[in-house]
Amino acid sequence: MHSTTSESPAPEPPSAPGPAEPPSGAAGPAPGDAHSPLPATAEQALKIAVVGGFGAGKTTLVRSVSEIRPLSTEETMTRAGDGIDVTDGVEAKHATTVAFDFGRITLDATSVLYVFGAPGQERFWFLWDRLFSGALGAVVLVDTRRLEDSFYAIDRLEAQGTPFVVAHNDFGDTEHTLDQVRAALDLDPAVPLVRCDARVRASAKQVLIALVRHVRSLVGGGAR
Amino acid sequence: MTRSHRQEGPDRLYVITSGRSGGADDSLDAVTLIVSESDPVPGMQSEHTRILELCRSPMAVVEVSAHLRLPVAIVRILLTDLLDTGRITARHPRPAPSPAHPLASPDVLEKVLVALHDL
Repeated sequence: MHSTTSESPAPEPPSAPGPAEPPSGAAGPAPGDAHSPLPATAEQALKIAVVGGFGAGKTTLVRSVSEIRPLSTEETMTRAGDGIDVTDGVEAKHATTVAFDFGRITLDATSVLYVFGAPGQERFWFLWDRLFSGALGAVVLVDTRRLEDSFYAIDRLEAQGTPFVVAHNDFGDTEHTLDQVRAALDLDPAVPLVRCDARVRASAKQVLIALVRHVRSLVGGGAR
Repeated sequence: MTRSHRQEGPDRLYVITSGRSGGADDSLDAVTLIVSESDPVPGMQSEHTRILELCRSPMAVVEVSAHLRLPVAIVRILLTDLLDTGRITARHPRPAPSPAHPLASPDVLEKVLVALHDL
């Protein structure tokens, strides 16, 4: 589980002469293809948000757990309600646009989980409120070099009652203990804090598992 | 060269939506799964054609947005056009956690845990 890398191709057995690949169209897209389709029976989509500051490793974590090559897109929100002149029809000029990326994990024939990576700074939250409403929960990914980048996200998630865990993305730097990180973040003792290496699938998936277990404990334990 | 909307400015987006910035179906969540119910027809707006092609298998709104290289807000408007004419159907997340019931059901959580362990 620890030595897998996404770069290691399985040794190809020598094959008979002829084209190595069947003609395209015969088989479905290869795993990892962004177009890899969901089963026709898929009907229930869930979401988890991974928020953090720039460079905290959000995209890396999403890539590690996703069954497709992560996709990226933008949410745009015009501020037409703010008294900005929109009469010239180019109101998009006044739009706030935030890029985010996401990956996908098919859970079974009917359910699929989307994992979103998004910048956690204050100015983006009016977009996330819409995009992430109804999420199972959130992961706040922290980088000890820039802990302050996660303060706002933690405050916001606490205030809106979204279950979350904090993951310290350890870039090989173990100089801070989890207790030190918890103290620096002034984190509620009830909020799980885990260490991870976002580059490694086995480690990244443990972060998501920690979140889902945390949510389950909240469900089982009532409001607190 | 593929140009995304990031380089294109607002004019193209304005054309794609025929100048609309609102009117999108508010029930379209970022992860609502969209399914085509008909094939594209000649003369259809190219973005609508692409959506009908992409959604032959269920596809979330954000995925459609990424493949079309258009912001989610624009895609919601395009999807609403197709919903209104019955060319697509939408499978919404359910039960959507709400302020009164902010947590997912135990069954759903168990399903997610099993799948994550198997990852």
